Amino acid sequence: MNQLSILAQAAGESTQVGNPLVNIAIFLAFVGVTMVIVLRASKNNKTAADYYAGGRSFTGTQNGTAIAGDYLSAASFLGIVGAIAIQGYDGFLYSIGFLVAWLVALLLVAELLRNTGKFTMADVLSFRLKQRPVRIAAAISTLAVCVFYLLAQMAGAGALVSLLLGIDEKLGQSLVIVIVGALMILYVLVGGMKGTTWVQIIKACLLIAGALIMTVWTLAMFGFNFSDLLGKAAEVAGNPEILNPGMKYGVSETAKLDFISLALALVLGTAGLPHVLMRFYTVPTAKEARKSVVWAIWLIGAFYLFTLVLGFGAGALIGPDRIQAAPGGVNSAAPLLAYELGGTVLLGLISAVAFATILAVVAGLTITAAASFAHDVYASVIAKGKSTPEKEMKIARRTVLVIGVFAIAGGIGAQGQNVAFLVALAFAVAASANLPTILYSLFWKGFKTRGAVWSMYGGLGSALLLIIFSPVFSGSETAMIPSIDMVIFPLANPGIVSIPLAFFLGWLGSVTDKRVEDITKQAEMEVRSLTGVGAEKAVDH
Amino acid sequence: MSANPEHGVAADVDFVKESQSEEFQELRKTHRSFVFPMAVFFLVWYFAYVLLADYFHDFMSIKVLGNINMGIVLGLLQFVSTFAITAAYVSFSNKKLDPKATKIRERLESEGVN
Repeated sequence: MNQLSILAQAAGESTQVGNPLVNIAIFLAFVGVTMVIVLRASKNNKTAADYYAGGRSFTGTQNGTAIAGDYLSAASFLGIVGAIAIQGYDGFLYSIGFLVAWLVALLLVAELLRNTGKFTMADVLSFRLKQRPVRIAAAISTLAVCVFYLLAQMAGAGALVSLLLGIDEKLGQSLVIVIVGALMILYVLVGGMKGTTWVQIIKACLLIAGALIMTVWTLAMFGFNFSDLLGKAAEVAGNPEILNPGMKYGVSETAKLDFISLALALVLGTAGLPHVLMRFYTVPTAKEARKSVVWAIWLIGAFYLFTLVLGFGAGALIGPDRIQAAPGGVNSAAPLLAYELGGTVLLGLISAVAFATILAVVAGLTITAAASFAHDVYASVIAKGKSTPEKEMKIARRTVLVIGVFAIAGGIGAQGQNVAFLVALAFAVAASANLPTILYSLFWKGFKTRGAVWSMYGGLGSALLLIIFSPVFSGSETAMIPSIDMVIFPLANPGIVSIPLAFFLGWLGSVTDKRVEDITKQAEMEVRSLTGVGAEKAVDH
Repeated sequence: MSANPEHGVAADVDFVKESQSEEFQELRKTHRSFVFPMAVFFLVWYFAYVLLADYFHDFMSIKVLGNINMGIVLGLLQFVSTFAITAAYVSFSNKKLDPKATKIRERLESEGVN
């Protein structure tokens, strides 16, 4: 035991790599360049459509790149590379779910949503149903998903700081979280959706280019023989099982069931993520929305293929033991690999990209939450449609401030907490509270207000409750509250229960609702969704 | 621009009649006849893969080429099928859906919908 800890310490010292100053300098360069672009983009922010939807003037290619930038969070880069390096094949399972999920968005959601909505998911859901209850429910689930996702990203920022900048004290980490949060507020406040989109586009290009360079480099070290790379990874790990499924999810029957639950939440959650849905409004037509998803699928797919090579590459070139001993643990696999390959400069580049990633994702979430609050809660419910666009935008900007401050406080409070479950929770809530209602309202004539409300609250509530009574929240050493034990539900992911339940409630609520929905609105929605007639046009400057 | 979207649609267009027209029903049928079977197909294929990876470790561990096993091959095939379905949908939309949708949209717009 003693020997082991000395070994870990030695490994820890040897993996304290790179030069934090280089990392910071490259990150500052990113902030500088994006800030100039955001300032230029903000000159045209005149109307609500400009602020929320970037004037609907992005091309499909630009928006697709921004979607990739929004979607590929620090969790998917650092987390998946690390998971593959340490848990082997099971880490790869994540990437497949994250990619296949885009087919739901492509085939069933993106274009129809673009044709019927204006700024938010609630626009579509409340189109032909009773406005108030449906809009409020949609706004609540939008805010819930955004907040869970946001907290996870901000807490991740703290961990990243200790890993990449060598700042270990809590005060220093908190300071960096404040800086990241303040930058994000500035981007969103000044640049609106246009500025946010450009930050995401630049970040996506950097991230994918960085991953591509590392992938080619890693493969080159094995003479472009993937089989040799896998063999070396298994040899270094001292365990041939790393190439086979089951190291993480095969340990027990519960773990196997948990994996099915996760797979369900991943594949159905993506097309229900409000910040992804909102991106479809930034293009002028449904055809461009389709192009966006197609581009996003190519970019995201390529990226996940890179992570497969990078994950096993990190396993082969650095080894699971050294990765786990490094500061940052699992998350350090990608940065360590960058250092191994390209030394200080490549590490600095990859670190800056990781920071930019957090910044871009957090900005996208914030503008989505602010739009949902100002447009759905304030303008439609509180002001009962009597608000002006100017007033609505003012509220949206204030909401950005509130959410920004909340994210900073939450990020500082969540430091060192195990918040990985928050991302899984965000996907589970998106898949259970949002997706059933989206699909029903787009494809089922008999869908009614009561069905929508039951499905959204039922999906949100059951996902939340199951998480609270699951082992990720209490009762185990790695849980959020280890000291108490209130575990009733054995799975870490609620999807397998909450998603079917939400679909069922949507059906049950609709068939028992005696209210007659507006058939004119229903027909209008159907014609508009497929033909694009009367869809919101791009802003002409 | 009010907060509650009034869609700028002229009141004299009868959407109920339009939605029941043969032309629109044809578009609706064409759309659904592609996206529904395709959605069922990729979900079944994805969950088949998930179940194999989850419960059939021995099968997934069979070496196919050097150290590349069934698991890696099937996982990569999920990427291939996702890319292929994407390409198929784009080509179907461009050829079959867009012309029909554009025709209806242009007719309605000429009738006063904007």
